[in-house]
Amino acid sequence: MDSALFEYLVRLGDDSLILGHRLSEWCGHGPILEEDIAMTNIALDLVGQTTSILKYAGEVEGKGRSEDDLAFLRFEREYRNTLLVEQPNGDFGVTMMRQFLFDAFRKPLFEQLVNSSDAQLAAIAEKSLKETKYHFKHSAEWVIRLGDGTEESHERVQNALNDLWRYTDELFFENEVDKDLESRGITFSMDELKKNWSDTVAQVLDQATLTIPTNGWQHDGGRKGLHSEHLGYILAELQYMQRAYPGMEW
Amino acid sequence: MVTKERIWELMEEVFDPEVPVLTVVDLGVVREVNLENNTWNVVITPTYSGCPAMKRIEDDIIDKLKENGIENVSVELVLSPAWTTDWLSEAGRRKLKEYGIAPPVAEIDKSVLFAEQPVVPCPKCNSKNTKMISQFGSTACKAHYQCEDCMEPFDYFKCLK
Repeated sequence: MDSALFEYLVRLGDDSLILGHRLSEWCGHGPILEEDIAMTNIALDLVGQTTSILKYAGEVEGKGRSEDDLAFLRFEREYRNTLLVEQPNGDFGVTMMRQFLFDAFRKPLFEQLVNSSDAQLAAIAEKSLKETKYHFKHSAEWVIRLGDGTEESHERVQNALNDLWRYTDELFFENEVDKDLESRGITFSMDELKKNWSDTVAQVLDQATLTIPTNGWQHDGGRKGLHSEHLGYILAELQYMQRAYPGMEW
Repeated sequence: MVTKERIWELMEEVFDPEVPVLTVVDLGVVREVNLENNTWNVVITPTYSGCPAMKRIEDDIIDKLKENGIENVSVELVLSPAWTTDWLSEAGRRKLKEYGIAPPVAEIDKSVLFAEQPVVPCPKCNSKNTKMISQFGSTACKAHYQCEDCMEPFDYFKCLK
């Protein structure tokens, strides 16, 4: 088995799975109907992408695990998503800021992966990129609207940025897995990705009249399976049916 | 003897479960039909990654072929080349409009934030005086619009390239 590729696919898939689940928590609770529908549409895209990614991860692993087995039957320490995506929804401003920081990373990531030497990963990226462009546009426009909006919306979304900034460095986490995949042309340099992300984020936040926090301290752990307390609660809900009724199907 | 043309004809009788006026051929979801080792393999591609209709479409294709006495059938899902609204047939575009869903016109410029929206004519009164309510509509493939003349709210089958 190509264990580096498996590890990478699980990171990619878990980011979309957990963020998709977080967004789905807004279903029926959106601030306006249109945004309720938008957030659940984006959740659906993310969970759909997860299906393709984890299905492929299961094939790479070669132990007969399906996408559902990987999504529903692993334990907390086996999840490789970043801490950013498991952070609570908070108010609409927090959710949009979290989404924006993620989309600004995910869009150029898929733009890179379209050229992956791994044909199936390239195909997943090609498909997902089209959807991610819509997500990025949606979240970036909201960050600007809220930041450059009323005094209250500005303050709330600035607080969201202050709280979430410490989880952004982890998006660019690298270890020997990445070095191995990069050497085979399966994935690409994180330096370029980070530069692209930083430029986009600086430009949008400037337009939103928001200030990037100066405190440089950053969390990490998610990519190593060390999560914040939030992931356990997410999994308790996400996995409930499969744990209570093992093997059940629609 | 079952021919490839016959399989394509039968595909014209399988409808999209969410937009039931469109066949899976109109939609461009069926990409290829091939005979491999005595089995007819139908290659399909999803419109959106999370499209909940894909499983249903797969089952419907198999049922349709079996109903017509074609037993050895498989359906294969491919992601690349990724689906685009350019694959929507002319007949499909016309049927969408008659059904009250505006067919895709031009792609919104996703590289520019707050870009101008494409002009989407109202499928009821043809007025071009319409506005986008939300980029995300009742299903993944649609946006939500409203006509400012006849006031009709309508779905727009949004452009995906």
